[in-house]
Amino acid sequence: MKSPMFAAGFLCAATMAQAETPVLHVLTYDSFVSEWGPGPAIEKAFEAECGCDLVFTPAGDGAALLARLQLEGAKSEADVVLGLDTNLTAAARATGLFVPHAGAPKLDLPVAWEDADFLPYDWGYFAFVHNKTLAAPTDFKALAASDLKIVIQDPRSSTPGLGLLMWVKAAYGDQGAQVWADLADNIVTVTPGWSEAYGMFLEGEADMVLSYTTSPAYHLIAEQDDSKAAAVFTEGNYLQVEVMGKLKATDQPDLADRFMAFMLGDAAQEVLPVTNWMYPAKVPAAGLPKGFETLAQPVKSLLLGADEAEAARGPALEEWRAALAR
Amino acid sequence: MARGAGALTARITAAALAFVTLGPLAVVMAQAGSGGIGAADWAALRFTLWQAAWSAVASVVCAVPLARALARRRFAGRSLLISALGAPFLLPVIVAVLGLLAVFGRAGVVNVGLRALGLPEVSIFGLGGVVLAHVFLNMPLATRMILQGWQAVPGERLRLAESLGFGPREIWRHIEVPMLRDVLPGALLAVFAICLTSFAVVLVLGGGPGATTVELAIYQAVRFEFDLGKAALLAVLQVLACGVAVGLAGLFTVPGGFGAGLDRAVGLPQPGGWRRVCDAVVIALAAGFIAGPLLAVVWRGAPGLLALPGSVWPALAASVLIAVLAAPLAVGGALALALGRAQGLRLVEPVAMLPMAGSSLVLGTGLFLLVFPWVSPATVALPVTVLVTAVMALPFAYRILLPEARALVADYGRLAASLGLQGWPALRLLVVPRLRRALGFALGLVAALAVGDLGVIALFAAERGATLPLVIQRLMGAYRMEAAAGAALLLVAAAFAVFWICDRWGRGHADA
Repeated sequence: MKSPMFAAGFLCAATMAQAETPVLHVLTYDSFVSEWGPGPAIEKAFEAECGCDLVFTPAGDGAALLARLQLEGAKSEADVVLGLDTNLTAAARATGLFVPHAGAPKLDLPVAWEDADFLPYDWGYFAFVHNKTLAAPTDFKALAASDLKIVIQDPRSSTPGLGLLMWVKAAYGDQGAQVWADLADNIVTVTPGWSEAYGMFLEGEADMVLSYTTSPAYHLIAEQDDSKAAAVFTEGNYLQVEVMGKLKATDQPDLADRFMAFMLGDAAQEVLPVTNWMYPAKVPAAGLPKGFETLAQPVKSLLLGADEAEAARGPALEEWRAALAR
Repeated sequence: MARGAGALTARITAAALAFVTLGPLAVVMAQAGSGGIGAADWAALRFTLWQAAWSAVASVVCAVPLARALARRRFAGRSLLISALGAPFLLPVIVAVLGLLAVFGRAGVVNVGLRALGLPEVSIFGLGGVVLAHVFLNMPLATRMILQGWQAVPGERLRLAESLGFGPREIWRHIEVPMLRDVLPGALLAVFAICLTSFAVVLVLGGGPGATTVELAIYQAVRFEFDLGKAALLAVLQVLACGVAVGLAGLFTVPGGFGAGLDRAVGLPQPGGWRRVCDAVVIALAAGFIAGPLLAVVWRGAPGLLALPGSVWPALAASVLIAVLAAPLAVGGALALALGRAQGLRLVEPVAMLPMAGSSLVLGTGLFLLVFPWVSPATVALPVTVLVTAVMALPFAYRILLPEARALVADYGRLAASLGLQGWPALRLLVVPRLRRALGFALGLVAALAVGDLGVIALFAAERGATLPLVIQRLMGAYRMEAAAGAALLLVAAAFAVFWICDRWGRGHADA
């Protein structure tokens, strides 16, 4: 008689212990959780105040994240998804797996933010990064006319690659195909992801690489190397806004809201610029890290709305493929 | 050699392998999806077959003279060179590509030299670059496979040739050609199948969307379109292409039929004169071609070794653990299949090659769908990674073991049967000793591949417990290219070490 009672008591105690420390699961991209990303610092800071266990689950990059979410569907263990960008939010919303967020503080984005489901946590401008010794072109046409060599990412496998596609679309609309045709002889190659392209640029394989205006900040702050710069284009530079959203099936709705609010608080926003190398969505009280003031400031911000981007993707991809497939 | 038990083991292994490769594919196929394959996908299939065929032919054409030169010459550093042949194959793809670019790229040694001489530059980007990279990665593997063929020629046949007064020409006709007809189709097939699913090499060096492979189309279907039906269909196309290649290779394979020997160490004759010069040139060219990019990897990685983050050590341990678990699994399975095939089970052949053509993204996605309803994917990351690594590497092990398994069955099958030698005693007394060289090579190759493989870990990864390739990817993603290069060098060293240990065991007493 004794042992079943004991077992029941043990089970009960175990469940209670579990109930005392709720677990929040956040599905995110791989570089967020790496020891060089923002994940570890944010986990420590949030766990210190929430009395919970914050678990990050890494799933490739931004696009892989969406695929992962669709694989898991409503049965997903995740409470929050963090790391989609605005080119993917329409597809993410269409899954019907997200619920509206609990509201946002006043944000410091170059554009007004009106999305009811997704909240930004950081953002950056796409730009071609080059060595300062290079006299960089000031728009796509000048780039196409030059004999500069660039490396870009494939829009079919990488989010920056998709961003460039949207950039050309936002700047040139129907003439996008012509721009791509003119750029064809400047493109050394197209890589599957950002890191291959950036690595090739650093090895001297190209004069410029598609990255962010904030990329030179990494070299400046982490390596004390001020030799890199980002080109500002007169057409405007396209924005990448990284967002998070709460899942409908979450068993920790309040904790999820708290986490999303925390991500926009000073503790997290101070970490993001020097780990994710992006601008904070809400500038912390201490301001931007030293070095960010040296970064190039685009004259115009381009961004297609989520639905616009979703509608433009297919045709733009076809244009891109046709123009570059020789 | 127990026909009954051996055949049963082969059948069970084949069934399990078919289940592990086709099961996930079927699961993915069962998901919703349009399944529509467009003009762009057919273009991708055409390009995929085209580049894979070129790469296979080029690799093998380069490998034959090299293997022949290595088989008949003895020189200082020969053993080291044969070991180093394993290295390119073990490099993580992006590391290999950066190594190649350091030699052949726009800022590479070759172009810097050409510029200094006032000559026009050469561009590595395009079909030529893709084939060049595939030759760099796979020619060494093909060389090892073909070299094994030369080494498996019994010394008695060479003695006989000598006593009949055969010159190099007669040896070529009566010994080397029949040996090559046995070995070449398998080598061609292996390289073709590897290049069929090549993805990053083709994209980076292909120079643009003109060089799109089926694997990239699968990527796109899974990640941006979430059209799993289409992804599965594309994966089936890939498998069919490989199936046709397996059929063709089978058609052209003619067993050498040299018969058994007493394992006397008899070297091939070493003809002098211009043949000697030729062999020297071939060896020097090949060594230079392989050493260049490898030295670049070492050169780039050495400074990064000092800046390695602490997390590489547990990652290295995780990778080695996967290798230690996956290698015996893959080689055991491959041995069962190769012995089964040698005893006449024809169905084994396509099944054994199946994983090579399988899309790892589809395989990973299917396994994820299978596992997800029951357990958290992160908790089964290790067993799933071991299983997938073993399955993906099994075809290599099979191709390496098959020619020797055939010879074993032909030469000793009847003797073993008449002695009633079967089961464990047969394995211990006959199979392992006779196949030791091939087994060691296969074990080393699988273990090294496992160390360097990113595989499906990305889909199943947990917050902690990353493998070394994943850490390299994370370092690169965090701008830390120098540390990534250092970690890559560590990975190459680790992969090479496990390869060398196993290969060394296999070569044992024999010269090699």
